[in-house]
Amino acid sequence: MPYTSMTEADKQAMLKVIGVESADELFADIPESIRLTRPLNLPKGMAEAEVRRHVGALAAKNADVTQYACFLGAGAYDHLIPAAVPQLVSRSEFYTSYTPYQPEITQGVLQATYEYQTLIAQLTGMDMANASIYDGATALAEAALVACNQTRREKVLIPQTVHPEYRQVVHTYLRHQNLEVVEVPYKDGATDMETLAEMVDDTVAAVVVQQPNFFGVLEDTRGFGRLAEKHGALLIAAIADPLTLGVLEAPGAYGAHLAVGEGQPLGNPLSFGGPYLGFFAARDELVRRIPGRIVGATVDKDGNTGYVLTLQTREQHIRRERATSNICTNQGLNALTAAVYLTLLGKQGVKDVAYQSLQKAHYAQRAITALPGFSAAWERPFFHEFVVRTSADPEELVQRLLDYQIIGGLPLGRFYPELSDAILFCVTEARTKEEIDRLVAALEGLT
Amino acid sequence: MTRAISGYHLEGSVPLIFEKGAPGRRGYRLRERAVDELPLDELTPPEHQRQQDAPLPEVSELEAVRHFIALSRRNYGVDVGFYPLGSCTMKYNPKVNELMASLPGFAHVHPYQPEETVQGALELMYNLEKYLCEIAGLSRATLQPAAGAHGELLGLMVMKAYHESRGDHHRVEVIVPDSAHGTNPASAAMCGYKVVQVGSNERGSVDVEQLRALVGPNTAGLMLTNPNTLGLFEEDILEIAHIVHEAGGLLYYDGANANAILGRARPGDMGFDIVHFNLHKTFSTPHGGGGPGAGPIAVREDLVRFLPVPMVEKDGDRFYLDYDRPDAVGRIKAFYGNFGMLVRAYTYIRTHGPEGLRRVSERAVINANYLMRRLAGHFELPYDRHCMHEFVLSGVRQKKQGVRTLDIAKRLLDYGVHAPTIYFPLIVDEAIMIEPTETESKETLDEFVDIMLRIVREIEEDPDLVRNAPHNTPVRRLDEARAARQPNLCWCPPVEGAAGE
Repeated sequence: MPYTSMTEADKQAMLKVIGVESADELFADIPESIRLTRPLNLPKGMAEAEVRRHVGALAAKNADVTQYACFLGAGAYDHLIPAAVPQLVSRSEFYTSYTPYQPEITQGVLQATYEYQTLIAQLTGMDMANASIYDGATALAEAALVACNQTRREKVLIPQTVHPEYRQVVHTYLRHQNLEVVEVPYKDGATDMETLAEMVDDTVAAVVVQQPNFFGVLEDTRGFGRLAEKHGALLIAAIADPLTLGVLEAPGAYGAHLAVGEGQPLGNPLSFGGPYLGFFAARDELVRRIPGRIVGATVDKDGNTGYVLTLQTREQHIRRERATSNICTNQGLNALTAAVYLTLLGKQGVKDVAYQSLQKAHYAQRAITALPGFSAAWERPFFHEFVVRTSADPEELVQRLLDYQIIGGLPLGRFYPELSDAILFCVTEARTKEEIDRLVAALEGLT
Repeated sequence: MTRAISGYHLEGSVPLIFEKGAPGRRGYRLRERAVDELPLDELTPPEHQRQQDAPLPEVSELEAVRHFIALSRRNYGVDVGFYPLGSCTMKYNPKVNELMASLPGFAHVHPYQPEETVQGALELMYNLEKYLCEIAGLSRATLQPAAGAHGELLGLMVMKAYHESRGDHHRVEVIVPDSAHGTNPASAAMCGYKVVQVGSNERGSVDVEQLRALVGPNTAGLMLTNPNTLGLFEEDILEIAHIVHEAGGLLYYDGANANAILGRARPGDMGFDIVHFNLHKTFSTPHGGGGPGAGPIAVREDLVRFLPVPMVEKDGDRFYLDYDRPDAVGRIKAFYGNFGMLVRAYTYIRTHGPEGLRRVSERAVINANYLMRRLAGHFELPYDRHCMHEFVLSGVRQKKQGVRTLDIAKRLLDYGVHAPTIYFPLIVDEAIMIEPTETESKETLDEFVDIMLRIVREIEEDPDLVRNAPHNTPVRRLDEARAARQPNLCWCPPVEGAAGE
């Protein structure tokens, strides 16, 4: 059998030391009535070559973005990934390691995590960041819980321009602690600020703003910041694509207390929705309330700098039911990936990615909305995603684009019934001019 | 110094990436701009533009590569050596699993692609769900949770939805053994439950009489690991299940220790109603230095309607995502779970088949019992009975000699072995929790015993050697109190002119 080395001779020698005749005796504590007396009903085992053929055939049934031009975003982004990223992350000293409970022999993961925390703090303009949460949606839910604990208030306002699945996760998490989540309506693609102003009061723990929002539109983040401050609520910035921060203002600069979001765009492949990572950054004053692992710098007995998991009295293995969160395993390897990516892209590279995504998306939007049968859903500044209305059926249109080796965008009717004639497109730096022109030509031919 | 240009030496510190490089240096270049551009201010109003660049590193690709390779060499993984970390199941992570997860048809697929273009991915999820249900002995499963604790939280939400659907709003208590993983009470609290603790008896199992006294009309359920965190099978499990069910509660199975029972017994047959598996323990997906994991949950028939959206369903030959689930608890993660880990676990299950999985558990249990018997004379063994996949020793004898379990753990590092889990479970003084897993050879186990016995001798002959360990690691014992008292969580550039502290 694969991956074990126990020979029959080993087994007999070991059973002898244990003092039993057969392995079955070791399972004698299992009551007889519940011992499984038949083989599990699973397909029989396969040799490596067979399993590769079988699993490879399943993979081959899927269309992937290396073969198709991808114009889908909506929370998962097809950015370029430097060749060095997967090469470094696949060092098995990293990926076959556990959470670094023995810091003296896991300085590699610990230092990389400390660097990751610093990189996220730099990108978001916040004071500190943790070692990661499961994904953008769960990071937002955890941030909402932090805000409720900090302010001792029980209501969170979340605009309908926040990713629909993020909102659903926030509802699911908060409902179980009897906290209230109230959605704020939108107008012309952005949060209705007048309504928001009426809704914020001194019972609100936090106001969430997604920037750019789910439609790709820029929200009035400073307006959000002013309203939150006026009523003593925390401002939570939710960011689905942190690479937009190469051009857009950092949450720390517009008054965010917590900046959270999806770290997938930072070098992690799309992987059909996961594993991704939630980044979680905060102001210093919140540090003892935040969930999850945090790495801190310290010194060893000889005065050398070293890194350890720290502030652990917040965590479940110490505090149990009084912990700030139940999170234990997070997304360590994805955070390492993000650290490697941000290091390689660096100061200029992140700006270039944001700038090129912005320019290419606007080039595409101008061309598409110039086609008969297509129009911009609203006139608002947007970043690298945009909504167009079409006289064709969006679901059918997206189906037919597959014939042109094109994936996307996203028909919005499934999330917003009032936008059933609309499609959300995303264009990143990874798309070439030829691919964008192919999309435009295909759309022209299909309507 | 040679260290500046060579990464060979492991002692001392590696400078942070922020202390390397030079202004203007780059590790990656984008292609030339190709589309017609407009001035930035026309696209992004100045008030939305970033005023200060993020001060990210400026290093070449080679500098970045050397940096992270230097870090990787200062890290310990299963591929480096023995990792007997109890409760964590640090088994070998087969390479073919990695290869399968990196196939473009899995790794480069967008979650919102039309269903017709992801039939292979959905088929894999559909079948993995079926396999996990068969292994659990339950009806349906969701693959959405990202980790074990995430699965616990979702399982408890399902428990709550069940009670609420019956009008049982007063069931606000979740019972958790004193030997439980910290995530159990933390998940219960996060789900809005009150945590009630049940003690263990002298055999290391749940105290059945205490449990009987604790259950009642407020009981929502009991969370249990079986085998428990002492590595012992809960022999009274049928009675425990009966007590909880009679009181109207549900039984939750923390699958952290499922590596002991594959093909031998099924949680569903034991009476558990909700089960999570840690794919990153039992099903060999790598731990990644702290994740990603995956914590699917399986449930009995009448709880299926509460599982979150979406579920993968099959209609003829076509697989699809079903969002039309009016009783679902909602959703606890965007998209569909840690799909890449699902591919690895699927590959593992298909490689092993039913006989292979049964042998995994048999060998894990033989390895643990062998190690336990060989060490038993030299360390206190608080519960002297056959263990399952792991066992717990106590360092109380060594503590009397002035050496604590922490010191023993650190001394093991000097010998190139990862330390076991220590000071857990909380009910054993100076606990040393050892889980060898099935993938380790007899020679490795024998070598580990030799090292442990050497440390026992050192404690008698030169206790300071052990107390001051480790000696041979890249850094020595770290000041954790200082790290917590004066948190330094992010690097800050040195202030100009502030020379010397």
